[in-house]
Amino acid sequence: MLHRFANPTRFLRIASVVQPWMAWATVLLGGAGLYLGLFNSPADYQQGNSVRIMYVHVPAAWMAMFCYSSMAIAAAVGLIWKHPLADVAAKATAPIGACFTFLALFTGSLWGKPMWGTWWVWDARLTSMLVLLFLYLGYIALVNAFDDPTRGTRASSILVLVGFINVPIIKFSVDWWNTLHQPASVIKMGGPSIDASMLWPLLLMAVAFTTYYLWVLLIRIRTEIIANKIRIARLKQVHG
Amino acid sequence: MIKEFLDMGGYGAYIWPSYGVTAVVMIVMLVTSLRGLRENEVTLQSLEVSTKDKPE
Amino acid sequence: MKRKHKRLTFVGLALLLIAAAAALTLRAFEESIVFFHSPTDIVEKQVSATQRLRLGGLVEEGSVEKHPDAVVKFKVTDMANSINVSYRGILPDLFREGQGVVAEGTFKAGVFIADEVLAKHDENYMPPEVADALKKSGKWDDMSKEMKRQGHVAGETPK
Repeated sequence: MLHRFANPTRFLRIASVVQPWMAWATVLLGGAGLYLGLFNSPADYQQGNSVRIMYVHVPAAWMAMFCYSSMAIAAAVGLIWKHPLADVAAKATAPIGACFTFLALFTGSLWGKPMWGTWWVWDARLTSMLVLLFLYLGYIALVNAFDDPTRGTRASSILVLVGFINVPIIKFSVDWWNTLHQPASVIKMGGPSIDASMLWPLLLMAVAFTTYYLWVLLIRIRTEIIANKIRIARLKQVHG
Repeated sequence: MIKEFLDMGGYGAYIWPSYGVTAVVMIVMLVTSLRGLRENEVTLQSLEVSTKDKPE
Repeated sequence: MKRKHKRLTFVGLALLLIAAAAALTLRAFEESIVFFHSPTDIVEKQVSATQRLRLGGLVEEGSVEKHPDAVVKFKVTDMANSINVSYRGILPDLFREGQGVVAEGTFKAGVFIADEVLAKHDENYMPPEVADALKKSGKWDDMSKEMKRQGHVAGETPK
């Protein structure tokens, strides 16, 4: 079952069909989310209009953790079952996840200044998120450090798996320790503590960010598969 | 009216950079990924043509 | 055992060990990971006068006094104990009575002299009308009681 999708040729065929759907979904859902978030949702009773930063900050932070978890699963599949496509998927995800992590930190800083009174504090949530960014950058550096791509894969997959321990730490940091960052509003026991008029734009943006990730992921996996073909073609040329 | 919207109750200076940088980063990521794909496709095509031309 | 299964077992065991190591490390460094201490923590621990620390809790209702020269005096409470705080400087937009707050500074003659005050908000988001309606119907008190019970606003880690 897995092998059928893991076949690169079949994957390329499926990817070219799915990719435009992801593009349209991103544009339409993102457009609807932006409209609701900026024009058609109320200001918060405490935070006023600054709450609108949530509609980009929270989806970016979710995706930062989602991308890393996907990378960890792909790295494990690559290590254990030796699926070449899994290694490719992990490598293709890393730069997208790094962008989301940067955005979560950046927009969080812009939100923290007016609300908390500071751009940055070293509390457990913010620090573990910064560690996530370094894990992404370390992985990207390691996976690209080798001329022969198969050699870098194993070391970088191990790095991803070791670093995965940081993901639950990020998620539960606000419950385990005193932090300046408030606890979770949406994914928590007893249901979301956020009004429906604000939950809708948030969820729309979150789905749009997810389809954006899949869209760019497909592009980058296709690029990697073609890069492999180029490598093989060049080797053939050299060896005649 | 528009000025009021841009001001966002005094938080415009924080809200617009958030949305702006998010848009820029996501678009740059998308465009560089697409460009990388095109470049590789062109390279592969030219390689395939040159290997076919080679006499066996 | 097939090589695939061997690798699966190996990766699984390695992950378990890493998780255990991380849990132990975090436990050992718990004291430096917490961002602030509640008034009760501070009263119980008897901190030394020169020690710099962060105090977190709620701004006690009716305790805020604004003095000339931008000096603000208020009490930080966790409903069990409260501590007098004196601060000179600009307060964040969210600073108000009943609001979560984290102050950094040192103790001087029983008063906490803060040189930085940060606001901490809770995880509830709603439009002002909904907040008003909740207050009118009396559900607001239930909600804030629940929040205090969970210890989030009072700045205590849930036990």
